[in-house]
Amino acid sequence: MRNRLSGIFWGLLFLAVPVLGVATFAIAPAFDHWLPKDVSTHGAQIDALFYFILALTGVVFVATEVALFWFIWKYDAATTDRPATYIHGSHTLEVVWTIIPAATLLFLAIYQMNAWADVKMRRPDMSPTVEVVARQFEWRLRYPGRDGELGTQDDLHLTNDLHLPIDEDVLVQLKSMDVLHSFFLPNVRIKQDAVPGMKIPVWFKAREAGEFDIVCAELCGWGHYKMKGRVTFEPRARFEAWLERKYAEQQATQPPPDAGDSLAAN
Amino acid sequence: MTPPTAAAVDHGTVTVSAPAHAPKGGIGHFLSTYVFSKDHKVIGLQFLFSTLVWFLIGGLLALAVRWQIAWPWSDVPVLGKLFAQEGGQMAPEFYTMLFTMHASVMIFLVIIPILAGAFGNYLIPLMIGADDMAFPTLNMLSYWFMWPAFILFGASFFVEGGAASGGWTSYPPLSTNVASSPSGGWGQTLWLLGLTMVGVSSMLGSVNYMTTIILMRAPGMTMFRLPMTIWGMFITAVLQAFALPVLTAAGFMQLADRMLGTGFFSPEGLVVNNAVPGAGGGQPLLWQHLFWFYSHPAVYIMILPAMGMVSDILTTFARKPLFGYRPMVYSVAGIAGLGFIVWGHHMFMSGMNPALGITFMVSTMMIALPSAVKTFNWLGTIWGGRIQFTTSMLFALAFVSMFIIGGLSGIFMAATPVDIFIHDTYFIVAHFHYVLFAGTAMGVWAAIYFWFPKMFGRTMNEFWGKVHFFLTFIFMNGTFFTMHILGAVGFPRRLADAYHYETFHHLQPLNAFMTWCAIGMVASQIIFAANFFWSMFYGPVAGRNPWNANTLEWTAPSPPGHGNFDFQPVVYRGPYEYSVPGCEKDHLMQTDPPNAAAAAAALASH
Repeated sequence: MRNRLSGIFWGLLFLAVPVLGVATFAIAPAFDHWLPKDVSTHGAQIDALFYFILALTGVVFVATEVALFWFIWKYDAATTDRPATYIHGSHTLEVVWTIIPAATLLFLAIYQMNAWADVKMRRPDMSPTVEVVARQFEWRLRYPGRDGELGTQDDLHLTNDLHLPIDEDVLVQLKSMDVLHSFFLPNVRIKQDAVPGMKIPVWFKAREAGEFDIVCAELCGWGHYKMKGRVTFEPRARFEAWLERKYAEQQATQPPPDAGDSLAAN
Repeated sequence: MTPPTAAAVDHGTVTVSAPAHAPKGGIGHFLSTYVFSKDHKVIGLQFLFSTLVWFLIGGLLALAVRWQIAWPWSDVPVLGKLFAQEGGQMAPEFYTMLFTMHASVMIFLVIIPILAGAFGNYLIPLMIGADDMAFPTLNMLSYWFMWPAFILFGASFFVEGGAASGGWTSYPPLSTNVASSPSGGWGQTLWLLGLTMVGVSSMLGSVNYMTTIILMRAPGMTMFRLPMTIWGMFITAVLQAFALPVLTAAGFMQLADRMLGTGFFSPEGLVVNNAVPGAGGGQPLLWQHLFWFYSHPAVYIMILPAMGMVSDILTTFARKPLFGYRPMVYSVAGIAGLGFIVWGHHMFMSGMNPALGITFMVSTMMIALPSAVKTFNWLGTIWGGRIQFTTSMLFALAFVSMFIIGGLSGIFMAATPVDIFIHDTYFIVAHFHYVLFAGTAMGVWAAIYFWFPKMFGRTMNEFWGKVHFFLTFIFMNGTFFTMHILGAVGFPRRLADAYHYETFHHLQPLNAFMTWCAIGMVASQIIFAANFFWSMFYGPVAGRNPWNANTLEWTAPSPPGHGNFDFQPVVYRGPYEYSVPGCEKDHLMQTDPPNAAAAAAALASH
C-alpha cells in the first residue's frame, strides 16, 4: 500500500508541472507581468507570432506532460499486475512523430520570414533621421542640423534623450564607439546590437505618442545596468519644435563640436 | 545472433581474467593508485569529486548573483564580508564578474567534465566490456590538465581587478581591451588560459573515447548493441574533436589581441574608455562566429551524454526495452550533425547579415526535430512498463519532463522576429537553465544515484534521495519557470539593477521569490552531500547488479578491480532486453548465453 501511495505522490508531482506551468502563464498578464505595451506598427506581427508559438508549444507541452503523468500513474509497478509490454518500437509511430513536427517546424520557419524581412531587411529608402552612437555607458545622439545632412558641422548633439516623430518611418543609424552594446526599445519591439566599426540601420514606425525606455541589452562593462536612455514619440510638429529648441540651446551654450569628437563618432 | 566483430575478438583475448592490483609499497604506490592513476575508474572518480566541488562553488556564485537581482545594493549576508566591499554590498563590476564566473565555472569546470570526464571515463570501458581505456596515460593527463584550469580560474578571483567579467561568451572589444573594464587585465587573461587547458583536457579525453569505443568493444558488442550512454559519449567525443580546435585558435587570437597588440577582433579607430587600443583592422563579429562554432556544439556536448544515461535508466526502471533504439541513435547523430550549422542563431541581433539569419533560423527549427523524436521515444519507453520509483528513476523522469520545457522554449528564440524582443532577456536564461540545469543536472543526479553502487559498492539512501529529489524539483521550477515571465516582459539579463527602468520597475517581488527558491535549491544539496558521503561508507552493500539491469558494467564486481572484469564478457544481444516473454527473470543481460539452460547456469554462477 505504501508503494501505491508513492506512485500517486510522484504522479501528482509530475502532473503539477503542466498545471502550474499553464497557470503561471495565465496569471502573469493579470499582474502586468507580460509583454509591455507596443507602440510600433510592426510589433503586432511579432506579438502575434509570439502568441502563435505560445499556443503551439503550449498544446505540445500539456499533451506530452500529461502523457508522462498518465504513464507514471498507470504503469506503476505497485499496481499493475501485467508484465511490461515487450516492444522495441514502432515504425509507424516513428514516421508519424517525425513527419508531423517536421512539417510544423518547417511551416513555422517559412511563416515567420516575412515579419523578419519587414523589421530587418526591407529598409525604407531614406536618409537617417538620427544617428545613435553607443559608448560606455550612454547613448550619444546626433541629428542632422539645418542642412539636413549627418556628419556636418551644424549637427545637433545630445545624449540619452531621443525624440522621434510618430506615424512615419524613422531610420536610425546605429554605431558604437567602444565595445558592443545593444539598442533595445521594449515598447517598439526593436533590438539591434551596436558594433564598433559597423553602421547598422534600424527602422520602425511608431503609431502612438509617449515616453519609453531605451535599454542596453548587450553586456558593455561594469556600468551596463545604468546605460539607460529615453525615447519620446511625438507628432511631427512637436518633434520639430523640440529639435528647434534643442538646436537653439546648443548654439547658445556650446561651441560646435571639435574635430576630435566628430572623428571618434565616425 | 550477429557474429562478434574481428577487432573485438582480437582485443578480447588480452583482457585480464582477475583483478590485478599493482604491488603495494608506500607512498609511490599511493600516488600511482589514487593520484596519478591510469585506471579509468579512478580518473572518473577524480573528475567526479573535482567537478562536484566546483558545482558547489558555481552554485554559491549563482546565489550571489540572485541576491543582487532580488535586493540590489543591499548588504550580502555572510559572503559580503568575504569580498570586502564597502559595507558588504556589491559593486556593479563585482556583479558582472559573478555571473561571468558562474557561467564559466558551471560550463567549463562542471557540466562538460562531469559528463565526459567523470561518467565517460567511468562507464565507457565498463559498458563496452574493455579492461581500460585505449590510452591510459593520455587519460591520466586529461584529468591533470584540468588542474591548471582549476588553478587559473581559482587564482583569477584574487588578482587585481578580480576575475573575468566580460560574460562567459567573452565578446570583444570588451574582453580584448584592458581599458574597457576593471577586470580587463589579468582576470581575463587567466580566464583565456584556463579555457585553453579545459580544451586540452577535453581533446585528450575525446581522442581516447573515440578510439576505445571503436576498437575495444568486447566480443559480440556490435555498434548497434551499444547502450545509449555510450552512443551519447561517442557522439560527444566526435563533436569535441571537430569543434574544439576552433575555440582554442580563437582563444589564442584573443590572447594575442590582448598581449601582443594584434587586432583580430578590433576595428580601426576604436576608442575605449579614452584609450586607443592596438592595431585595429579586425572584426568583433569574427569572435562571435568562432566562439559559437564551438560553443553551440558544446551545448550538445553538455546534454547528449545525459540523454544517453537517462535512456538507460528509464529502460531499467520501466523494465521495458528502449522504444525505438535506432531512431534514438539516429537522432543523436542528427543533433550532432545539425549542431554544426546552427551557431548563427546566437547572432540574430549581432549585426550579422539578416539574410544569413534566415538560413540559421531554418536549420535551428530543424534541430528541434531530433529532440522531439527523442522525447516521444522516452514517453514510448515508459508506456506499458512496470515503473519502479527509485530516486534515480525520478531524476530521469524529471529530465524528460524538464527537457520538454527547455526544448519548447527554444522555438521562441529560433523564430527570428520573436527573438528580436526576447534576445538577451530572461527568456533565454530560462531556456538554457531548463536544458542545462533542469535537464543535464537532473540526468547527472539520476546517473549518480544509479551508478553509485558500482562506483563504491554501496547504494545511496533512497529515502533521503527522494527528499533531495522532491526539494530540488520544486525549488528548481520556482527559480527557473518564472524566468519565462520575466523574459516576456523583456527583462534583460546581466543587469546589476534593472528596476530604475520604467518597464521593469515592478518586477522586484517576482525576483525576490525566485531568489528564495534558489536559496532553497542550493540548501537542498546539503541533503545530497550528506547522503553521498554517508552512503559511501555506511550504505547497504550492493551486489554486482542491484537494479537488475542488463548492461555489461553490472556483470563486474562492485566496485570493479583493476582490469574491470573477472571473466571475459561476451555479448549476445542488445542492452534493453527487459521483460522478454517466456523468460524466467524480467531481464536478459547482454552476457547471458542465448540458450535457456546456459542462462540458468550463468545465473547460478553469479
